[in-house]
Amino acid sequence: MKCDNCNKPATVHLTEIKHGKKVERHLCEQCANTSEGLPVQGHTPINELLTNFVMAHSGLQKETGTSCEQCGITWAEFRQNGLLGCENDYQLFEKDLTPLLQRAHEGGTHHLGKVPARRGSSGVPLRKRADVNKLRKELARAVEAEDYERAAKLRDQIRQAEES
Amino acid sequence: MKLSDLTNRAGEWLRGSGPMSEIVISSRIRLARNVSGYSFLTRISRHERQALEKRVREVILDAQISPQTLYVDLESAPEIDRSLLVERHLISKPHATAEGARGVAIGEDESVSIMVNEEDHLRLQVLRSGLQLEEAWEQINEIDDKLESKLDFAFHPRFGYLTACPTNVGTGIRVSVMLHLPALKLTGEIEKVFRAAKEMRLAVRGLYGEGTEATGDFYQISNQTTLGKTEDEIISDFKHLVIPKIIDYEHHARRTLLNDRTVALDDKVCRSLGILRTARLMTSEEVLFLLSHLRMGINLGRVKEMDIRMVNELFLLTQPAHLQKLQGRKLEGDVRRAARADFIRQKLNGAGAS
Repeated sequence: MKCDNCNKPATVHLTEIKHGKKVERHLCEQCANTSEGLPVQGHTPINELLTNFVMAHSGLQKETGTSCEQCGITWAEFRQNGLLGCENDYQLFEKDLTPLLQRAHEGGTHHLGKVPARRGSSGVPLRKRADVNKLRKELARAVEAEDYERAAKLRDQIRQAEES
Repeated sequence: MKLSDLTNRAGEWLRGSGPMSEIVISSRIRLARNVSGYSFLTRISRHERQALEKRVREVILDAQISPQTLYVDLESAPEIDRSLLVERHLISKPHATAEGARGVAIGEDESVSIMVNEEDHLRLQVLRSGLQLEEAWEQINEIDDKLESKLDFAFHPRFGYLTACPTNVGTGIRVSVMLHLPALKLTGEIEKVFRAAKEMRLAVRGLYGEGTEATGDFYQISNQTTLGKTEDEIISDFKHLVIPKIIDYEHHARRTLLNDRTVALDDKVCRSLGILRTARLMTSEEVLFLLSHLRMGINLGRVKEMDIRMVNELFLLTQPAHLQKLQGRKLEGDVRRAARADFIRQKLNGAGAS
């Protein structure tokens, strides 16, 4: 479709009601600006629109400053392509990641399953901690099923595991 | 073992012999792992990336993941070799076309492969024919243990195995089962399967995984949840809930075709076989569809004296990179389509059934 005033493609479409009659006009950006005084801006690239949208909705515009000491990634950069920069980021962005993880993993927030037997330098007794997580999940299930006898047993087991 | 040794035969997973192989083509389990102390690949420097590739390569070759292990340096491998590996499901498409230091280790019968420096530092895969999820898990778990004794994997008590993409974090496991569902497609009931899969939070994809269309009635079903469920739970859901239900649906649809629409079924199968045996120019997409119908015909006993294994192999050997490797030269356009048709005629007319 061409502009009513010149031959350029029409990108602004106006519908006015004049004296009870509908009048449609099609203008190019320039003519719309000069003859109608409409402020016409160039198109925003789609990826910018999306980024703005995501930023606005995650409510993090103010905190974009936090960047990882190890890999330098910011939360905004992560949201752009969905990939984190290093193992440290999970700890750094733990609070912001939690709702995302819940949505992606059917509400899952804590790891269950295989745990590396050895972890050279750190020496954290990983298997034990994962066991506690597993017990916690079972406890939640027992409470849900109103199996309070089992829940009490599990609670004791968790306490024991945490103290030892 | 050399890469060229692979070209003219199919891997273990296409043997077509595993349990439920009339419907389940293959079972695949993948584990995502990263090495602690190195940045993830989005943020890694060129130098760090090279050092990591070298280290992981050494550990893998040292760990004896299979009696004979082939390592392919993908940074220097020619394009055709990389495409060949994609067609054999040994590497992903993005891994084939990426840049920088990266590679893949391949076990002897191709049931094991480990991509190095893909989206994560390591992507371990076990691929087996038919429904063999527990066997696949046992095998991959053992390999993971071997590697873990030499490499510190990035792990967090709450988040589990840490991955570049948070959708893989936790177990880092992706269980995928490739299904051949021609009858559900013909009876128009395939949409029901998609809906059911979606409700169970499973992804349905095409033959070559993420971002590919389902061609030739092949569908890959995989889990999406990796955090908050154990590996055993995920695998057991597949083995006991998801897959048997889909297999039942497909069996039911096949019986319906066989009982109520026998002539239409035979027509479909015989036309496909007729075209495969006589055509002079074929695209790989057309071949997939025709072979799909032929495969169903054999499984339903409508085509006799034809080997299902040969049909399975044709799926692979008629793909562009395989065809060119077999012919030993670059083929394009009609020349390639003609070579494909010739190859199929030769294979099918040599073997039985009228």
